[in-house]
Amino acid sequence: MIADQDFDAIVVGSGPGGSTVAEVLTAAGWSVLIFEKGRNHLIDLADPTRLLTDYSNDELKFISRHFLGPDPWLEPRTFRAGEDRGDREHIGEANNLPSTVGGGGVHADGKLPRFLAADFRMRSDLGPVDGAAVEDWPVDYDEMEPFYADAERIVGVAGDADANPFAAWRSGPYPMPPGAPMYGAVRSTASAEKLGLHPYPGPTGANSVPYDGRPACNNCGFCAYYGCPIHAKGDPVAPLQRALLTGRCELRPETFVSRVLVTNGRATGVEYVDRDGVTRTETATRAVVLAGGAVETPRLLLLSGFEHPLIGRHLMCHFQTMVMGIMLFRTHPHRGRAVTHMHDDHLIGDDASRAAAAAAGLPWLRGGMVEHCGPGAPVMESRTYPWGRRHKEMMRESPMRDHMWGFTMQGEDLPQPTNRIDLDPTVRDIRGFPAMRMTYRSHAMELAASRHYAPTLAAVLEDMGATQTMVATSPVPDGPYGGYLSPIPNSKHVVGTVRMGTDPSTSVLDPWGRFHDVPNLMVADSSGFVTSTGYGPTLTIVALAIRNARALASS
Amino acid sequence: MPAFFTPDEYAVVVAVCERLIPADDQPGATDAAVADYIDTLLGAFSFDPPRIWAVHPRRSEFHPLTPLDELAWRTRIEGSLGRPERELNGPTVGWQQRYRDGVAALGADFGRVDEDEQKRRLRADRDFLMLVHQHACEGMYGAPAYGGNRGLVGWANSGFEGDVQPRGYTDAEVSGP
Ligand SMILES: Cc1cc2nc3c(=O)[nH]c(=O)nc-3n(C[C@H](O)[C@H](O)[C@H](O)COP(=O)(O)OP(=O)(O)OC[C@H]3O[C@@H](n4cnc5c(N)ncnc54)[C@H](O)[C@@H]3O)c2cc1C
Ligand code: SF4
Repeated sequence: MIADQDFDAIVVGSGPGGSTVAEVLTAAGWSVLIFEKGRNHLIDLADPTRLLTDYSNDELKFISRHFLGPDPWLEPRTFRAGEDRGDREHIGEANNLPSTVGGGGVHADGKLPRFLAADFRMRSDLGPVDGAAVEDWPVDYDEMEPFYADAERIVGVAGDADANPFAAWRSGPYPMPPGAPMYGAVRSTASAEKLGLHPYPGPTGANSVPYDGRPACNNCGFCAYYGCPIHAKGDPVAPLQRALLTGRCELRPETFVSRVLVTNGRATGVEYVDRDGVTRTETATRAVVLAGGAVETPRLLLLSGFEHPLIGRHLMCHFQTMVMGIMLFRTHPHRGRAVTHMHDDHLIGDDASRAAAAAAGLPWLRGGMVEHCGPGAPVMESRTYPWGRRHKEMMRESPMRDHMWGFTMQGEDLPQPTNRIDLDPTVRDIRGFPAMRMTYRSHAMELAASRHYAPTLAAVLEDMGATQTMVATSPVPDGPYGGYLSPIPNSKHVVGTVRMGTDPSTSVLDPWGRFHDVPNLMVADSSGFVTSTGYGPTLTIVALAIRNARALASS
Repeated sequence: MPAFFTPDEYAVVVAVCERLIPADDQPGATDAAVADYIDTLLGAFSFDPPRIWAVHPRRSEFHPLTPLDELAWRTRIEGSLGRPERELNGPTVGWQQRYRDGVAALGADFGRVDEDEQKRRLRADRDFLMLVHQHACEGMYGAPAYGGNRGLVGWANSGFEGDVQPRGYTDAEVSGP
């Protein structure tokens, strides 16, 4: 522990956003205290050169038993599809990302694309949509480019700069070349190209060669939803390790920040509950940075009594369209990094998408990045087959795993003010604080885009030789609760709940991620996003955190 | 000696698992010790550390739990039992009680009645059937550290290699058929 002193900054949350801020601020000479409510399975805090070996390739530990938290019994969330549905329709798990040192970064499989230039100016380029607050971002791609480049270096991203014809301009190559393509992706990219699409090796935050003192990925296959046993994924272990190694950063796991303290328009520190359940306070002399993720950050603000009417609103999660096919050949989806290829064609409008939008009564529609992917591990698979005599035969034939390949489109989700995070009126977490309540219903745009693009994806699978194709979505609007696919969105790309902007009446944060009325309180996660784009948010979280933390350090 | 079940209950659970995942020309649930997996889960707190999270998928070595983790897992397994700290948002019936009741309802003669009768009794309580089915799948195809998938027969049957660290897969194994 760092000797008794006041810290320059307090950071809430140790995921990609918080860890990046800690690296930037400690590099600028600040002392930083990070609070993390989850457990530490990532790094030896006494000797940060040592990474822990708690991650293991174990479907039960990571998928069935919440090893990385949060335990939905200790930290329940509630959900309803709309205010017309009463106080809540569901209690338990609702779009949980891990709560652990490293946050969602440790178990994401880390596709880390940049956004397109057009993503930052949707309102100007495409125009408004009824029922949604589509706005331009207060920053554009040209300004973001150098921070994207730094983010790719900090995390360590493997990719091919020339492979995606739709990508925005870049100042240099990726730090590493792409890793080995999965066999299913070799086949699906060939068919996609034949049908006129433009697949490319997805930029991934997994080392294809030894990088930054960590080994190359060895393709073990337990990637999405698992921590990497050999630490070949850089996000956010790399920035966190560097912050801790300066000697100016302290990380306190198992501490829950329950209130941000503000006096006379300045954030002065936080109140937190330590691992023994004791409530304490800690002071920050220069800044407080919130990076609990786009669900927990607005919850903390509401717990702290912040009153801006937009806090918690414009919640966005990608609308996932999963199109899967059963192949005659084995796809062995358990070898490799979960996703190696993507295509962006469905983010780019054309005559057909404009016609589909018009037919649905919409000014425009937009899909999202498409991940070429196979299914998960065998426990999940086995539960999809009937029990009884045919069960083992089905597992050997494996139509739903080892013969399956397909696509997940992470569709753009519109910022609707009615989709929101607030505090549940009665349900509490184990520490006695009100649970997060999510109110969320898809916009007609997401449904129309999903319907429009699913047949194209199915056609690619048919070209690959699929004997059968199937389409599922998440959320399933108005579907039943309880299963994996339900009205609760599964996409772990959650953004938008404390939006940035230039006008304090239509945004909570200024263009530097700081509160309009509390300039030393900053948000460094995806809460500030103005639109969801059709891309994974994490590289942009890291790039924005670099930009905004550097500005903070020099202010 | 089972950690949680009585010997009679254990025998019924063995028969249930074998009905759900029967052996064919390859080993089934009994060979994979699926009932032992369920028994270890329900009796997890009779071990120290409790058998909740294995350190390594093939070794019988477990992570210690924090007091909060222990509270959550005891509530899930033992139920809230009227204790205020376990009834944060209402009472919970634990898995132990659900198995005790579910197994009793299937009847002590479950292993001796014919297949059709076994299926009829299993389908009579869909909630319990779903619970055992989930646990049976976990015990058959999950990591062997938890007491099931004995001899890795679950993985062998399905052509899944399980954990391949530290070897991993070569680029050729990833990219080729
Ligand atoms: C399986 C999976 C796959 C994914 N794949 C991708 C992908 O391919 N590409 C991509 O871009 N994104 C992906 N994501 C999403 C990615 O993980 C998130 O975008 C990213 O982790 C967000 O970073 P963050 O720092 O904003 O928040 P988080 O990573 O959510 O970290 C927030 C941390 O803050 C802690 N915290 C919250 N509130 C408090 C509090 N009050 N007190 C103390 N601590 C608190 C939490 O415990 C958590 O550890 C994936 C996610 C999952 C789950
Ligand atoms: S596939 Fe590679 S990056 Fe992913 S967990 Fe395995 S070794 Fe790590």
